Amino acid sequence: MSTFFAFLFWFATAVIILGLAFKIRQYWATPAPLKIPTTPAPTTKSGVVYRMAKEVIVFESLFKSNKWIWLFGWMFHFSLFLVLARHIRYFQEQPWFWVNIIQPFGKYAAFGMVIGLLGLLARRIVVDRVRYISSPSDYLMLIMLIFIGISGLMMQLVLHTDIIAVKEFFLAWMGFSIAELPDSFPLMVHLSLVALLMIVFPFSKLLHAPGVFFSPTRNQVDNPREQRHISDWAAKLETENKG
Amino acid sequence: MADFETPELFKNIHVPKVQPGAMASDGPFIAKPDHQEALGFPHELVDNWEQKAVEEMGNTLKKYRGLRVFLDSCVKCGACTDKCHYYLGSSDPKNMPVARQDLLRSVYRKYHTPAGKFLSKLGLEGLIGAKSMTKEVLDDWYNYYHQCSECRRCSVYCPYGIDTAEITMAARDIMAKVGQGQKYNNEIIGKVYKIGNNLGLPEPALADTLEGLEEDIEDETGVKVELPLDRKGCDILLVTPSADFFAEPHVDGLMGYAKVFHEAGVSWTLSSKASEAANFGMFIGSYENMRKISLRIREAAIDLGVKRIIFGECGHAWRVAYSFLNTLAGPFDFLDQNYPIPQHICEFTHDLIQKDKLKFDPSENDWMTLTFHDSCNVARASRMGDKPGGQFTIPRDIIKTVCNNYVDMAPETIGEGTYCCGGGGGLLTDDLMAVRVKGAMPRMTALTNVVKDDGVTHMAAICAICKSQFSKVLPYYDMGMDMIVSVHQLVSNALILTGQETDDEAEQAEPSTE
Repeated sequence: MSTFFAFLFWFATAVIILGLAFKIRQYWATPAPLKIPTTPAPTTKSGVVYRMAKEVIVFESLFKSNKWIWLFGWMFHFSLFLVLARHIRYFQEQPWFWVNIIQPFGKYAAFGMVIGLLGLLARRIVVDRVRYISSPSDYLMLIMLIFIGISGLMMQLVLHTDIIAVKEFFLAWMGFSIAELPDSFPLMVHLSLVALLMIVFPFSKLLHAPGVFFSPTRNQVDNPREQRHISDWAAKLETENKG
Repeated sequence: MADFETPELFKNIHVPKVQPGAMASDGPFIAKPDHQEALGFPHELVDNWEQKAVEEMGNTLKKYRGLRVFLDSCVKCGACTDKCHYYLGSSDPKNMPVARQDLLRSVYRKYHTPAGKFLSKLGLEGLIGAKSMTKEVLDDWYNYYHQCSECRRCSVYCPYGIDTAEITMAARDIMAKVGQGQKYNNEIIGKVYKIGNNLGLPEPALADTLEGLEEDIEDETGVKVELPLDRKGCDILLVTPSADFFAEPHVDGLMGYAKVFHEAGVSWTLSSKASEAANFGMFIGSYENMRKISLRIREAAIDLGVKRIIFGECGHAWRVAYSFLNTLAGPFDFLDQNYPIPQHICEFTHDLIQKDKLKFDPSENDWMTLTFHDSCNVARASRMGDKPGGQFTIPRDIIKTVCNNYVDMAPETIGEGTYCCGGGGGLLTDDLMAVRVKGAMPRMTALTNVVKDDGVTHMAAICAICKSQFSKVLPYYDMGMDMIVSVHQLVSNALILTGQETDDEAEQAEPSTE
């Protein structure tokens, strides 16, 4: 069992890293031939950084759009951030100072995560417009995340898992050797689903995470009159047509 | 879709329950072979169009980062589902921005993503909503991508800034390239290439019209104000939508620009070659056609030897001018770099007002109470002035300078959240009347409220499409077609020309009745 999970996570880690690297490179390499920021837009680079920060940290546009989606969505993402940060301790002999600080918050953030996800799932089922646009994968994604949260909480609160042994497993795993995982059903569910999440990440709508940074409507500076913006393929048209 | 019902107006803009198929239709008239030919597209649907469409999508994905990112990133959160005026007015769920995008995204997933290719082999593409390119899908594309006005309202509210306009443009471009273009847009672009403007007004007709307008202004004010055409050596080239040359209320705006130029003491000219500000190349998502249309303006500016380019009141035209012209037809190193290139007529007039160069009698507009409709592409795809949001403040400053009675509509219906008039993006054609009337519902709701609550009598706009659309659609909502006015028409009413006989003077000249 330990061997299976060790290999599964080596595989999943390779998939998410290589997959995301490929997608990010693809986004990076594809030109944005026209200036299309959604205006009013910042007229400076630092303004764009500020706009993007608001978008990524407090979900500014979503807040403008719909307070319920914002509430559940932000609650889920912020909780997920705390939970992920807390998990850093399983990969470090001596956790970083700040990882220790957020530890007490991170422990309960799992509740925020699950509540946020349940809210999003409820909207998907109850609101006719959102139900209309949902594919099976949209439900499955939420259910997967909910079970990751619940199985994590179970280990903490219901079926206590030997977390020290889990930490030793991952410390060994990082050095490409295999230690014993404790025998725990919620742990098996938790690890399996997390590996699945990592594998589907670069092939699914989870690409919104890198995608938002490449969105031309949000990351472009509004200065088309001041600075000429031209992509390589468009510049080629100019030389072709000059004759 | 000949028969349709005008939506009922409620006190607040009403979000309807979904009614699948409510706007099902064959879509607008399909372009004829000669309309397609002029633009370099195949005459009719090519034999292997399914395969060709998938290939064209692949080419477009390589050229436009936005398209790729937008197709990958949507999480189906639903934030955009109640933001499109066409959904609000029609209840058809395929008019929800995300569902409109999904028409293309489902094909993208099937042919251009690893997940779609893999799941298709297992027969499980339905899991992620992937679909084959079939006639049914093409029909849906043709119908619903011509129920989008490329207004970008959805892009304001999307947490990733996904802009359905970009998807619509890509879909229309792919359709045109496999042989199924839209008649209205492609026929008009053909006229621009052949004659110089959307309306197909040749040079002699233009000259005649402008002469008539000069006479009108002289009759009214006693001052000779010129409207020159193709005059070489002027400082300014004015590029304006061709509707300004003949239709109400557009033409009153044109007379307003002429009076402002006259008072500013600048030399200016129109061009018969670039006698059109609009650029329908954007509507059909064709970079090549958009560029070709833009180059006319560059050529006209060089031929006439002007130093500046100013655009008249036109929404999508201002987007192409402000955001794209430098890219498409630049660099404009031969123009005077001390002025914005290009400049909006509202920026020009506003600047003169700031410098106190114009004299107004705003009481000339006292018989009206005004509100202002922010045109979608000016609001969300361009700017005026130095600061973000100048596109909202500058036209309002002008109106408030020349009118005493001004009221804004509800804040969520103006500014960056403004609702499209319902006729933008290449939909301003009679074969899409149902779409246009239904899509106007949110704006009509907001307008009706200020009419009832604040006694608003007129709505000003700075877009030829908005003006034409409202003239046509207002009567469906029991309002007068003449409620819509040009901003520079208001300027024209209030502007006192040097040497003009004012009403006061005229009264004083008559024997006193006291």
